[in-house]
Amino acid sequence: MHELSLLENVREILESHAQSQNFAKVTRVTLEIGKLSCVEPEALRFGFDVVMQGSLAEGAELVITEASGIGLCRQCGRQSVIETLYDPCAECGCPYVDVVQGAEMKIKDLIVI
Amino acid sequence: MLSQGHHHHQHDHSHDEPDAGRLVRIEQELLGKNNAYAMQNRAYFKEHNIFVLNLVSSPGAGKTTLLVETIKTLKDRIPIAVIEGDQQTEHDADRIRATGTPAVQINTGRACHLDAHGIGHAVMDLGAQDNSLLAIENVGNLVCPSSFDLGEAHKVVVLSVTEGDDKPLKYPDMFHAADLMLINKTDLLPYVDFDIERCIDYARRVNPDIQIIRLSSTQGENFSAWTDWLLAQMQALA
Ligand SMILES: [Zn+2]
Ligand SMILES: [Zn+2]
Repeated sequence: MHELSLLENVREILESHAQSQNFAKVTRVTLEIGKLSCVEPEALRFGFDVVMQGSLAEGAELVITEASGIGLCRQCGRQSVIETLYDPCAECGCPYVDVVQGAEMKIKDLIVI
Repeated sequence: MLSQGHHHHQHDHSHDEPDAGRLVRIEQELLGKNNAYAMQNRAYFKEHNIFVLNLVSSPGAGKTTLLVETIKTLKDRIPIAVIEGDQQTEHDADRIRATGTPAVQINTGRACHLDAHGIGHAVMDLGAQDNSLLAIENVGNLVCPSSFDLGEAHKVVVLSVTEGDDKPLKYPDMFHAADLMLINKTDLLPYVDFDIERCIDYARRVNPDIQIIRLSSTQGENFSAWTDWLLAQMQALA
């Protein structure tokens, strides 16, 4: 989707912390992106350098932590790994599972100087 | 069973380089700002008893026609206003205004979705009435609008039978986010290769709770199921 506008949010968020956390430069940005969010990590990597140009995070390293998808089965009540929003329960095959993890799109932490 | 699997990808980095700066924890949602505006909108809608629907679809699924017919059916019973999202033109808003219903057009330009901040402004421009229905016609796009909460009561996804019946699997995020799926243009079913039961099965795999109404906006087929749903939802909120 709109990976560029998400990266603009990243820039805004990190700049909003500069004063209170007392830093002038960011050397590493860690994002957590869930497997079931509709964000392409590759597209984030692709746009990161461009969007960070002229910001406190110009030239920073980007680390993307991927949270895997976990579904809770409506039939057997067990949790299993799901790759998509329509994967069936891996334990019993029931097609109806609710997402308990994997939708995250977060900025986790920064390395600053 | 499984471990809560977080694993790092690419970029080797050691966690304890002493001169490499210090760690600042942030833990903030990338869409946090949008979500905050959406909460503001939702509070405003609640206070003024405005029932808000966010209509999403691919281009050409028939959202504007659906809205025009909905307005014709309901406008003597409830006040209605419309926000139109489009990348370029005013056409859709003009079609709505032709029914005598107030409409604001938001041209998103490059952006392929509406956001909660823009909606907040549009609501002020519209001067939406208390105890009314506000329909937001989102940009024709089944990807981005799924992640942008606008403060609506429900997302309604419109899928026409001239599209593929596997759209729920191709664009699962949207069908996951929607509370209601309208399968539109059912009058064309005899002429297209669209398996309606398969489509419903796919949608339920993505979202077991999704409600489904089949209808034709142009021919009026089963149209009252949709307007009844709408009125029932409004009643439940009031
Ligand atoms: Zn199961
Ligand atoms: Zn978008």
